[in-house]
Amino acid sequence: MFDVLIIGCGVTGAAAAYALARYDLRVGIIERFNDVACGATKANSAIMHAGYDPVPGKKEAVLNRRGIKTAAKVCRSLDIEYKKLPSLVVAFNEKDMEKVRELYERGIANGVKVKLLDGDEARKAEPSLSPDVIGALWTNESAIINPWEFATAMAEVAVVNGAVLMLENEVTGIEKNDGYLTVNTDRGSYSASYVINAAGAHSPDICAMVGDTRLKAMPRSGQYYVLDKEEGAKVGSVIFGCPDENGFKGILVAPTVHGNLLVGPTSDPTDDPEDLSTDPAVLSRIKAAGLKMVPGIDYRNVIRQYTGIRPTTNVRDFVIDINPCCDRMIDLASIASPGLSAATAIGEEAVKLLKKAGLELKPNEFFRNSRPPVTRMKDLNRIRRRAIIKKDPAYGRIVCRCETVTEGEIVEAIHRPIPPRSIDAVKRRVGAGLGRCQGGFCSPRVHQILSRELGIPMESICLDKQGSFIITGKTKN
Amino acid sequence: MKELVCIVCPRGCRLKVDEENGYAVTGNSCPKGAEYGKKELTAPTRVITSTVKISGAAIARCPVKTDRAIPKAMIFDAMKLLDSVELTSPVKTGDVALADVLGTGANFVVTRDL
Amino acid sequence: MFRKKYDVIIVGGGPAGLAAALAASEKGAGSVLIIERDNTLGGILNQCIHNGFGLHWFKEELSGPEYAGRFAAMLKKTAVEVAVETMVLSIDAAATADGLSVVRCISPDESVSDIEAGAVVLCMGCRERTRGAIAIPGTRPAGVMTAGTAQRYVNIEGYMIGKKVVILGSGDIGLIMARRMTLEGAKVLACVELCPYSNGLNRNIVQCLEDYGIPLYLSHTITGIRGDRRLESVTVSKVEGGVPVPGTEFDIECDTLLLSVGLIPENELTRNAGIEINPATKGPKVYENMMTMTNGIFACGNVVHVHDLVDYVSAEAMRAGAAAAEYAAGKRVAGRQIGVKTGPGVNYTVPCVIRPDNVEKAVDIFFRTNVPRKKSVINVMSGDTKIAAFKRDYMAPGEMEKITVPKVLLAKAGDTLTVSVSDAE
Repeated sequence: MFDVLIIGCGVTGAAAAYALARYDLRVGIIERFNDVACGATKANSAIMHAGYDPVPGKKEAVLNRRGIKTAAKVCRSLDIEYKKLPSLVVAFNEKDMEKVRELYERGIANGVKVKLLDGDEARKAEPSLSPDVIGALWTNESAIINPWEFATAMAEVAVVNGAVLMLENEVTGIEKNDGYLTVNTDRGSYSASYVINAAGAHSPDICAMVGDTRLKAMPRSGQYYVLDKEEGAKVGSVIFGCPDENGFKGILVAPTVHGNLLVGPTSDPTDDPEDLSTDPAVLSRIKAAGLKMVPGIDYRNVIRQYTGIRPTTNVRDFVIDINPCCDRMIDLASIASPGLSAATAIGEEAVKLLKKAGLELKPNEFFRNSRPPVTRMKDLNRIRRRAIIKKDPAYGRIVCRCETVTEGEIVEAIHRPIPPRSIDAVKRRVGAGLGRCQGGFCSPRVHQILSRELGIPMESICLDKQGSFIITGKTKN
Repeated sequence: MKELVCIVCPRGCRLKVDEENGYAVTGNSCPKGAEYGKKELTAPTRVITSTVKISGAAIARCPVKTDRAIPKAMIFDAMKLLDSVELTSPVKTGDVALADVLGTGANFVVTRDL
Repeated sequence: MFRKKYDVIIVGGGPAGLAAALAASEKGAGSVLIIERDNTLGGILNQCIHNGFGLHWFKEELSGPEYAGRFAAMLKKTAVEVAVETMVLSIDAAATADGLSVVRCISPDESVSDIEAGAVVLCMGCRERTRGAIAIPGTRPAGVMTAGTAQRYVNIEGYMIGKKVVILGSGDIGLIMARRMTLEGAKVLACVELCPYSNGLNRNIVQCLEDYGIPLYLSHTITGIRGDRRLESVTVSKVEGGVPVPGTEFDIECDTLLLSVGLIPENELTRNAGIEINPATKGPKVYENMMTMTNGIFACGNVVHVHDLVDYVSAEAMRAGAAAAEYAAGKRVAGRQIGVKTGPGVNYTVPCVIRPDNVEKAVDIFFRTNVPRKKSVINVMSGDTKIAAFKRDYMAPGEMEKITVPKVLLAKAGDTLTVSVSDAE
């Protein structure tokens, strides 16, 4: 019996678990995939938005602003890859400028320090910008982040403080009982006094399980290009095109915390929130939009494409409330952009709502706001690196050449509170395979290390989600 | 007249083999090509390269090859034989892993010191 | 333990590094160190268990491990030192007061060390182009990998990576893996090639595809990948003018897609060291003796340009290693420089600059042509003056071309030489 059971361990669920770790509660987290942060948290723009996009007064606006402030603190205290970076919304014509001015007004109303720049000022702020840019909105209250680490770190703190993470559990139904709820999954049944619905694109389905059909999933798909670090080095800001006629943010060009360059996303309605395929026509649209803003992008240096699903619904704002059909369920639904930016604030909202719903909150006097330290060899000076290698030579053995990730760092990640169990999960933890060869050289090595450290056969190790087997058997059998 | 690409060396000469005239070969750049052209049409052979299990080495499979070409038709039967071979480290390049493959006189030999 | 200083440091212990080290040692370099990131020498040759190597160099047909083994045995007789499991992090050219370069590396045994070198030879080889680099649309299931990665799983580790296989690209590794997977019991359903011609050697088309009845689809490409967790099928489309033709699609049910869609010289170290890169090859620009445009840093093998045969890598690396040893001993080349330019039909040249004073009798110029050609003429021009012409019966982009220009002819050249290919009259 849990006091609180969180459905979904994306950044929203992780942030809720993190916020709840401060209280003396039995917390469970169920996640349908074999790792945390596998849905929208895995595939997004990795931006902490300054907060000039949301319409003032919406939950999105308030929580975005509050979220980025707490997120900066969380990233500092939990050692999460995070970098302050100015952002611009660029205009190519007068119509664009109207939108830029509208965003400026929203920014002011939301409390963001924003500036309007003319074309030359914009290019001075971001020299990679096209000569055709006639003006821009500018702020330095934005940042880039490692979204995987952000979610994982918060979930790790929750686990370190006693939360139970149950992977590979897909919710099949919820039973309302007297004084508690039972959540059934394909793996078992879990009872809890309260449930948090943080199921991302599937949160409307969870609502429906308690009889609440007001939310309709209207997921939107966004495709991206990832480019080599050579391209990442060309851009020093997050550069947005103007929002489209539906009000969705424009395509952006932005460096990542790993030094690559992202170009994307589109925002197209999709029927299937599981469909993460990429499409050449869509990608060529992105290519053109990126080039229009930053003509110097060399797309020959593309290393990957991906698709993310925004968990949008028929409600054009975050849905954060006690469920109208079940007063023991808190919905954290419709968390599309700026969901990553707002995550920590959403987590805190969840706590407030649980209290409102009747959950008794006693502080956890053993609460530790920390997780085991992460060794990042690349960022250390020579003396520190030597000391670490002396203690454990595996930190001197490079496995991923492109990102210079050592065996020691991979082994360390595998023994963390939330162990990565697939090749891509290792990639999300330590960056091995993230680079230009896309794991061509290191994935067989990572595969071996996973098998050795977890004590499971090579054949059982997946590329990513459960079922994504790499090996079909042995030769000479 | 049959047209073939010679596989004796990477050059890949385009051979013409006259089956009616004693398998006379044209288009070759060396005597080996002439030999290949005739053989390919009369009794084609291939060198097989594969691996066998090895224990006690740093890696799980040891590369092997036939030390001479064997009839093309025997390739899969020869492969099957390798399934039951298991070497123990150390082995040296040239060591026989499996002698007299299918009575051809060819041996599978180790191609890496392990 | 490393010494503090070597005459020549070789970065990479694959075929190029092995030959460069051997030549440097033979040329009198007193101390030579090979730095290799894997736990053994030989590089990619170790997983190339098929035969076909060494016909030029050893005059016999060897498998990859045998070819590497021969060089390793020769090295054992020299004083060349080897550091395995060691990766070079950076190279600082001519960093010390006496003009030595500093190589920073990391390893489990030696931790992070800075080693000085009179000359450095870059032998990092190349990497495979990936799915991302060519942007194949569709989902991202397991079962899609480069042919080289598959080769490692199958040949070194003994794992099968699929049962029903499609191969995209007809590069040699792809063709070799088509045969390899077939021999290990998989069904290889198709080899799909974007170009109207194969990019692999003709012999491999015969002995890897035709021998096993594997269809080769020229002027086709993969335009779709399906499967949520593991690959379920691919869509193949006909290509005209480099673009898929709508309406020509057909699906192949398969659990594995192997990519053999090109190799890219691995030059991150080179770039970070500020060494000039030739955009046509993505490898460093080199002089006639394989020195890069940065003094004291040499390069050879696939890190400079992708070779078709390892034998040619060895030959090039021998020149680089010898020149590096000479450089470490104090030899400097002065005098006139002739820039080598590409004309129509020529994708790139190696070298990019020739210094006639450093040419003994003749200089070899390597290049690749852009399309398959029948009877052709390779012209070497200096301005409007024809310096030399070479005839070929047959040329293909999959094969590296070599022309040898005698020193006497270089005297006739001005500041540039242009190499071009045209059809023979």
